[in-house]
Amino acid sequence: MRIALIGNPNTGKSTVFNMLTGMRQHVGNFPGVTVDKKTGNIEIGDEKHELVDFPGTYSLYPRSKDEEIVYNSLCDPKNSEYPDAVIVIVDASNLERNLLFFSQVYDLQIPIILVLNMTDLAKKQNKEINVKALEDLFPEASVVESIARVKSGKTQLFYAISSLKERKGHVFHKDITVASSLDIQEQETDTEKRFAYLKEIIGGIEKVVEKKERPANKWDKILVHPVFGYLIFSIILLVIFQFIYVFATIPMDIIDGAFASLSGWMSDVMPDGVLTDLLTQGIIPGIGGIAIFIPQIALLFFFIAILEETGYLSRVVFIMDRLLRPFGLNGKSVVPLLSSVACAIPGVMSARTISDKKERLITILVAPLMSCSARVPVYTILIALVIPSKTIFGFMNLQGLVLFGLYALGLFSALGVAILLKIFIKRKEKGFLMLEMPSFKRPRVQNILMVVVEKVKLFVWDAGKIILSISIILWALASYGPGNRIDEVVAKVEAEAIQKNWSESTKNQEIASVKLENSYIGILGKSIEPVIKPIGYDWKIGISLITSFAAREVFVGSMATIYAVGDDSETRKPLLDKMREQKRADGTPVFTLAAGVSLMVFYVFAMQCMATLAVVKRETKTWKWPLIQVGYMGVLAYLGALIAFNLLS
Amino acid sequence: MEKLLSNIRNGEHVVIRELKNSIFKVKMMEMGLIKGKKIEVLFRAPFGGPIAIDVDGYTLSLRKDEATLVLVENQTDI
Repeated sequence: MRIALIGNPNTGKSTVFNMLTGMRQHVGNFPGVTVDKKTGNIEIGDEKHELVDFPGTYSLYPRSKDEEIVYNSLCDPKNSEYPDAVIVIVDASNLERNLLFFSQVYDLQIPIILVLNMTDLAKKQNKEINVKALEDLFPEASVVESIARVKSGKTQLFYAISSLKERKGHVFHKDITVASSLDIQEQETDTEKRFAYLKEIIGGIEKVVEKKERPANKWDKILVHPVFGYLIFSIILLVIFQFIYVFATIPMDIIDGAFASLSGWMSDVMPDGVLTDLLTQGIIPGIGGIAIFIPQIALLFFFIAILEETGYLSRVVFIMDRLLRPFGLNGKSVVPLLSSVACAIPGVMSARTISDKKERLITILVAPLMSCSARVPVYTILIALVIPSKTIFGFMNLQGLVLFGLYALGLFSALGVAILLKIFIKRKEKGFLMLEMPSFKRPRVQNILMVVVEKVKLFVWDAGKIILSISIILWALASYGPGNRIDEVVAKVEAEAIQKNWSESTKNQEIASVKLENSYIGILGKSIEPVIKPIGYDWKIGISLITSFAAREVFVGSMATIYAVGDDSETRKPLLDKMREQKRADGTPVFTLAAGVSLMVFYVFAMQCMATLAVVKRETKTWKWPLIQVGYMGVLAYLGALIAFNLLS
Repeated sequence: MEKLLSNIRNGEHVVIRELKNSIFKVKMMEMGLIKGKKIEVLFRAPFGGPIAIDVDGYTLSLRKDEATLVLVENQTDI
């Protein structure tokens, strides 16, 4: 049997979903929309059922393309998603509003279960619910009381699923009918009539024993305070980023090392050949390039889930909305943008909480402009190369100031591009904020872990495929050249090595260097030289630009390979020395201040990250937006580098 | 006396009189903003940001321009 799970947002729908399905869930697609379809299996004795989690909505009538799934799936028996039964989660502490949606779904004549969730919260608010009266009002529905947060009501819900009541045509009110999804006027009338009838009968179902004053909202007063509100938010962010920087680097180093030694070991034990190379230089590093992101994604979503679960996130949205709206962004854009300072991948993935399509798209498109941690190695080596370490204004270090400037450049360009996108992207649906601010709750460990597992799984499977494919392509391009060109140059270097009595490591470094130079990527790097010359780069930098499309930090390793120096020392001194020595044809150094700054600016803007590309494709479900993103960021990078180079030359 | 919800001070209790016609009208009703409903303005975001109101014990936040679509009156006026 296929069972649909629906309900208002913030009713504990996903908690009920987790309670019923446990770990047996997977994520797929609803046809034609960008919404993920979460499905889970329920086993009750020998019965096996499929539970489908639908997007949370306040009524049957769709206000967006995503909400149309609910209307289309439930109202059309011919729809591929039409369920055999439906479970509606109703927030017991907010009965009247929740019953509007329930009464609409009840009228569709699908076997139905009403889950009266959060009954503990209702009790706290001194609301007493007469379940018998509720059953009388909806005689063909099974009513189950639950407190899903503490897993109460699971057995009763299982029982209700295996003993569904038959639908015999009973409706909420004989004069009220569900309107068409297109007729706004009729929807208004329907909603009005339902609320009018609910108002009449609600007294018989719900009794407010003693109207208690709202639990003091003193926390809210502090959290949305013009000074303390922003201060508290900044401190929380600071703590989160500290955690990510400190705790993500440990597993990241382990993953990095593990994959490197696996590659090394494999190439030692396996016979030389194309297959070994493919495995040790293409596939294993490719998988490593996916795994390396897992710690950051997991940690960031761990924190985001806590902020969301506790209800704090909606307060952040509340205080940030006004500040971000002029940029075409939404209060909810804060988290994706700030997460992108650590890594754009979880940043882009966390944009999913933005319900407004246009604002979400703008957020996704500009998020990678925020300087992520992968740019740090590139920035630091270039700063060390061309920016003198001196003190200015008496206390500031010039190198540190430049680094700060690069971060600021990323932030301001993200906001600037957002304004432009706001003008150019057409809006199909008018955006609104109207949202429920849930009361503060203690976060549930299970819910948080489920979010983390789900996000990591999504990234590994969906984006991972693309990342692995691109890294294999890049490996092939870097390992092969036309004809036997590579063999010839390698033979030449080997002869030279014997003649000049080079050590083994010098010989290997030289071989790696000429191999890369004569590979397809090397040839590509040389052929783009006319294009990158105006921004101050030679073909060697060109090659590194192409290889570092895989990930920005690859730039450093690529430069080391081309200059035939080891890239293992902590200080990178050999590489820095080599880069300083580089001369152009006319004898002037390659890495002048102008060229160095031009490169930094290039890396601020350019979308040099296949993983981000893959994630944007995953989140927007089309290649259109990631390609536009690569394009606009590339143009910005080139123009920015051009301006920087010419100003400083 | 009719007033706009956006102009109501924090802590004030009012009754919804009417929702102005807009594409948000049905949505607002679904969120519990129905004619005759008693609401309280709880707090508002700095710099002219959204306002938060209490509707039947839950907190609803809405942008200032969304709040201008809601006509309210003082409880004592009824």
